Amino acid sequence: MGENESFLKFLFDAIFVAFSGGRRYKAWLTALLIIIIFGLISYSYQFREGLIITGMRDQVSWGLYISNFTFFVGVAASAVMIVIPLYIYNFKLFKPIITFGEYLAVGALLIVIANVLADIGRVDRLHHMLPILGTPNFPQSLLMWDMVVLTGYLLLNLLIPSYSLFKTYHNTKPKRWIKAFIYLSIPWAISIHTVTAFIYGGLVARPFWNTALMAPRFLSSAFASGPAFLIIALLIIRKNNEILREEISDRAINILAQIVAIGGVVSLFFLGTEVYTIGYSQSAHWINLKYLMFGLEHNGVYYGRLVPFFWASFILTLVATILLINPGTRKNYRILPVACFLIFTGLWIEKGLGLVIPGFIPSPVGEIHEYMPTLMEVMISAAGWAFGFFVYTLLVRVSIAIETGEIGSYGGMSRLDYLRSLKERRSSE
Amino acid sequence: MKETRRDLIKKAAGAVGMASVIPVSKPVISLTLEEFLQKHFKEMTEEDKREVIERLEREYKEKYGIDANIKTTPPIKGVVWGYALNIQKCIGCRRCVYACVRENNQSRGSPDDPSIPAIQWIRVVRVEKEKIHPESETGRDFRTKFGEVHAGVNIEITDSYYDPDKVPEKDYYYIPIQCQQCERPPCVKACPTKATWKEPDGIIVVDYNWCIGCRFCMAACPYWARHFNWAEPYIPKEEINTNMHYLGNRLRMKGVVEKCTFCIQRTREGKYPACVEICPVGARKFGNLLDPESEIRKILEEKRVFRLKEEAGTNPKFFYFMD
Repeated sequence: MGENESFLKFLFDAIFVAFSGGRRYKAWLTALLIIIIFGLISYSYQFREGLIITGMRDQVSWGLYISNFTFFVGVAASAVMIVIPLYIYNFKLFKPIITFGEYLAVGALLIVIANVLADIGRVDRLHHMLPILGTPNFPQSLLMWDMVVLTGYLLLNLLIPSYSLFKTYHNTKPKRWIKAFIYLSIPWAISIHTVTAFIYGGLVARPFWNTALMAPRFLSSAFASGPAFLIIALLIIRKNNEILREEISDRAINILAQIVAIGGVVSLFFLGTEVYTIGYSQSAHWINLKYLMFGLEHNGVYYGRLVPFFWASFILTLVATILLINPGTRKNYRILPVACFLIFTGLWIEKGLGLVIPGFIPSPVGEIHEYMPTLMEVMISAAGWAFGFFVYTLLVRVSIAIETGEIGSYGGMSRLDYLRSLKERRSSE
Repeated sequence: MKETRRDLIKKAAGAVGMASVIPVSKPVISLTLEEFLQKHFKEMTEEDKREVIERLEREYKEKYGIDANIKTTPPIKGVVWGYALNIQKCIGCRRCVYACVRENNQSRGSPDDPSIPAIQWIRVVRVEKEKIHPESETGRDFRTKFGEVHAGVNIEITDSYYDPDKVPEKDYYYIPIQCQQCERPPCVKACPTKATWKEPDGIIVVDYNWCIGCRFCMAACPYWARHFNWAEPYIPKEEINTNMHYLGNRLRMKGVVEKCTFCIQRTREGKYPACVEICPVGARKFGNLLDPESEIRKILEEKRVFRLKEEAGTNPKFFYFMD
């Protein structure tokens, strides 16, 4: 850090600009805050009464919280789909969107952390997982692995874009050491979703999850859902900022949309292989998938609460993938965000409720007990979402302010000179 | 009563109350510093154990007015416990379920709040004998028609809530399922904090003060043997069994997992588990697997024995058999 590169000035400017913006910006932040507050009130009930206030029971012992946890680990991992093209293949058009992608990982991980914390029965004992204070079951327990990789990934994705912004703010060149962290973040991104998949895949008790395809399926759907979200975010950013309207090129968005399309195709293909392998052989593993796809009938009662979700997920993903493969619809900026929204929703169901819940139904001793989240559970989980979105919004706001020269120390230059140098810097890099 | 409580609070001078911040009418979480700083059971010295037990006994006295005796009886050398259940004899009466609930202080489910679930460590499932499954509306049913038991037990879909006027019923088998005390327990591997482990006598135990309530072990258990305290457990104080073991039937708290320990508080003192004692048809057998003369070993040698979900590779020490 150079002598003139004040970190405090950068921080204060960033915080100040994060909370300044137009009326719609403030309304959005307020709406998120209200959701967070409702969630916290609900959580205070849960803290007092226990997890009894949720829809979970012994039969279905993980629910909405863990569903959202699982899905957003994928969204976080997908930042790598911007990092690889830019830093490995030197695809320069991703340069203006890289911080938005990396910070998306931060926002997603905050949703992950909030939902995990909501699910823990004894938050007062979390230190039992730490070395020295506790007795971490490492390397045996996959939850320990997950804690390690998620924490590391959060730190990496806070450091890398923040460092880059810090350097832009002072109009200085980033040091080379940051490259090491950037390259490290690539395998690290793969690891977070792989480890999360292994949490499920390693359980012999749950045939529905106990498959080697778990990690590949996780990754393929992540590489569709994350960039899909990012496209929507970028379109909103472009609409609201003139400078970035030029910077974030149609071609960059088009490539991103193609990544989503490929992720969608591979996801659907994996789903097909899974359904075929289990369905055709009709082995014991079939029962959970059958519950998910068609429902079960027992003693004259039909159990099929997840069936509409499965088919909705399948159709949403399929339709969105087709829209994204076809260049005509992919390049249409009215259809593109809709397709992205559809695939994001479809994969949220698939990686969330559609993955976690059927693993429990029927139970290992053959009981069919259906799950339905309670209103408070939904509000607590939604507050986790809102928290992630809130922080992501602030981070994006700061990124934009720095990248467009709204704030900065400009390395002693005048603002106009700085803006010019910013432009040169982008075209030369 | 009030006097003693005040005295007790005075006595617990070191216990700095870290009360909850939420203003509520009933006590929420009375987390003391002592409890917060408590070590993992296996890392406690004898002195630590004594202190913790004193504190717990004091808390139980305060809360329920009972004089509990919490032991930490170690495993007996040269003993590995095994269990065998005669599935042909079991009549599905569920007496074992209720004896277990009483012996092990499981939550009864509150009469004031019907949403609080009762916890039962033993689940008796009913499966049909020699059933030929009809084609169902939702797809082809593929289970063997040779009867779930003789072709291996198929517990893919069972009835846990059977409620006939009289048991046994002609066309059914009853399979009581509780912790199978696996030699290779997937739950122990799953636990992120080592709050659950296998004792030298083969029993899987939980340190209820170390469990963080993540419920990964419940997802990992192929036998649905682990149960969670979704709410503060409810037990009428006159029904509390005061003969307690730290790793067994002592009173649990909200937010932790619990399970069958083969009645560790009894078996380590030479008594049979409560479920063995209560069984009216003598279907339940228990003993030392390392003793070649034990009844359990005789059963393993002479009867037709099987274990649930052998393919899971968990190696249960809970066997099912037929004459």
